[in-house]
Amino acid sequence: MTDVKPKASAAPVPDTGLIVPKRRRRPHPVLVIAIGAVVVVALTYVLPPFRNYQLATVGAYFCVTAGLTVLTGLNGQLSLGHGALMATGAYTLALTQNKFMNLPFSFAVAILVTTAAGAVIGLAAARLRGPYLAGLTLAVAIVVPSVTSTFDETFNSDQGLSVVLDPPPEAFPMEQWQAWLCWSAALVVVLLLALLVRGRFGRDLRAVRDDETAARLAGINIARTQVLAFVVSAVCAGVAGALFAVLAQSVSPGAFPLTLSLFLIMAIVIGGLGSLFGALWGAVLLVVLPTLSQSVGEQTGSQRLEGNLALIVFGVVLVVVMLAAPGGLASIPSRITRLIRRNR
Amino acid sequence: MKRTATTVLAVVLLATAGCTNDGGGGGTGSANVPGVTDSSVIVGTHMPLTGPAAAGYSKIAPATKAYFDYVNKNGGVHGRKIEYKIKDDGYNPANTQTVVRELVLQDKVFAVLNGLGTPTHTGVLDFLKTNRVPDLFVASGSRSWNQADKYPGTFGFNPDYTVEGKILGTYVKENLAGKKACFLGQDDDFGRDSLAGIEKILGSVAAKESYVTSNPNVGPQMGALKAAGCEVVLLATVPGFTALSIGTAAKIAFKPQFVVSNVGADPTTVGKALGAGAPLMEGLVATNYLPLTTDEANPWIQLFKKVNAEHNGNAEFDNNTVYGMSVGYLFVQALQAAGKDLTRDKLTEAVKKNGFQGPGLVPLRFSATDHSGYGGAQLTKVVGGKAAWVGTPYTTDDKDAPVTAYQGQAATPPQNGVPAA
Repeated sequence: MTDVKPKASAAPVPDTGLIVPKRRRRPHPVLVIAIGAVVVVALTYVLPPFRNYQLATVGAYFCVTAGLTVLTGLNGQLSLGHGALMATGAYTLALTQNKFMNLPFSFAVAILVTTAAGAVIGLAAARLRGPYLAGLTLAVAIVVPSVTSTFDETFNSDQGLSVVLDPPPEAFPMEQWQAWLCWSAALVVVLLLALLVRGRFGRDLRAVRDDETAARLAGINIARTQVLAFVVSAVCAGVAGALFAVLAQSVSPGAFPLTLSLFLIMAIVIGGLGSLFGALWGAVLLVVLPTLSQSVGEQTGSQRLEGNLALIVFGVVLVVVMLAAPGGLASIPSRITRLIRRNR
Repeated sequence: MKRTATTVLAVVLLATAGCTNDGGGGGTGSANVPGVTDSSVIVGTHMPLTGPAAAGYSKIAPATKAYFDYVNKNGGVHGRKIEYKIKDDGYNPANTQTVVRELVLQDKVFAVLNGLGTPTHTGVLDFLKTNRVPDLFVASGSRSWNQADKYPGTFGFNPDYTVEGKILGTYVKENLAGKKACFLGQDDDFGRDSLAGIEKILGSVAAKESYVTSNPNVGPQMGALKAAGCEVVLLATVPGFTALSIGTAAKIAFKPQFVVSNVGADPTTVGKALGAGAPLMEGLVATNYLPLTTDEANPWIQLFKKVNAEHNGNAEFDNNTVYGMSVGYLFVQALQAAGKDLTRDKLTEAVKKNGFQGPGLVPLRFSATDHSGYGGAQLTKVVGGKAAWVGTPYTTDDKDAPVTAYQGQAATPPQNGVPAA
């Protein structure tokens, strides 16, 4: 075990100006989020309906990538099971919503249930390191389809459940309303995360990631910090899952396959591990890359390519970004400024 | 702050870049009907071109498109060429959500035609209804498409699985009486509806098992059916899983009589999946409601083979090809009946009025209150590697009506192969 520890905790820490906080003035998160909100609202009025739907999807992905980047980037815990946590949120929302027809209440229940699920997995995860942790979370991701077909009375197997929703207020088009819903959730989640990691909790997370022994000597409760990090991250995934259930008006295991969990990891690595801006880039890529590869597939005329090309494209982008900017897309601006300063 | 500004700017740029390729096919023709101009009409579909259900089914949409190309070459419908947009959803309901939104919101299709799959299509019914998009001839036999009050724009095509189950049950009752009959079905509406029909005729089956497409292993299920001493196994399976079931049974030396739902029984597709084990299909009983591919004398088969050669690159001619072209033929009939001033309401009205004479062996049931497709089927049996007809076509309903022989005469296609207005 001891030889695994330092490797595992050192690997996901690209040394960039973004992650290691320097004595540099950063805008307060509230300000950034406020700007973000204005931009999103403006976009929803400019974009055509299908783009609004994609924007909404980006918002939903943003919730989960933000949570995951805090867990993996700042706390060094690798989770391959966030797709399953999203499924937990999605199914909880579907079941509650179909019973009580109250969306805010359904969201609350979805958050509660994923908190519980996150705590259980987190408790187990806090005892594991590196590949063992990855293995555990991988198992969680794989078990989703089996659970839904074993308890098909409740989850209705591969066909999944449809989600009964009240139509949005007459004045707003469906897609605009969806974009607002997803982005309000995303911005609240990201604001809370940003405030959380700025303070003591953020320092604890990093300390535990960098050196557990040193952190323990400094009086940090390692296990508690890790479990808390996992729970926080699970809640974000739960919110994202619930948003997906609302967006698709249905939930099915096919929406949360193992590849989704892997894509999420790839997205935050490409975006820039540990950076919330990186999480935003990751979320954008998760929507843009499949769309792009689909249109490329259509143009080449090979319809079989369409379904499979996205995987290749993601892999290639990951390789290219890691070669060109190991800190991810979010590190590019600071790399450029550093380059300019050095040349001066 | 600089970084924030850069990011915000980049997001805006990216989003606007995203907008630019949003052309859409807005209408200048019939009073701004989406997807309709004076010279074209855009129709879309979602199909499993990849994934667990792609075997066989991926050939349906290209066949439909080939028939449309044939019609377009002959002048189109009311001067309009049909443009068919095929989107791959991989038989994954989550993908179906995205691609159907893309078809409706971005490509601005006039109608969605022949979207395939029970689990996949169920999820988009509400979306299509909200956007008032005609949702014609869904490629599945679920009874969900027949909800005229709830989904006024949705119409089926296949005989529903309950009707088919009753016909399969009747075969077992008449020809395999006294044998222990068991059931293996997909764990969704497909399997459940089929079982309901079978049990209406046979009473409770001796053993029933289910599978999910995400787990390509039916070993436990076939083992359980063998252990239960089944002599007849009724399958409500997609083609890949029909082959899997037959192959798995052979592996454990379990040799029941297989009686298979039409959607999973195309001999070409199943035979290909079985590979060297294709002879295991011998004696397999199934149903069909469209002409058989091997029936060279049938005028519909002659027409479809010609279209296949001219517009489909002479793709392997199987039940899926016939199915796809039959859907195309019916849609052209509906477009003709809807008239020159095409609107979405006129199209659904035309479908409700029915009266379509096509390749089907039994009539379509469309009316103001009934949105289900074909009302029956005929049994087939695999003899010498090819399906052959057994007896006469049957019709029935999804409730308690008896299964009765249908005496009507099959229609013949018009001379030029394009239905007249």
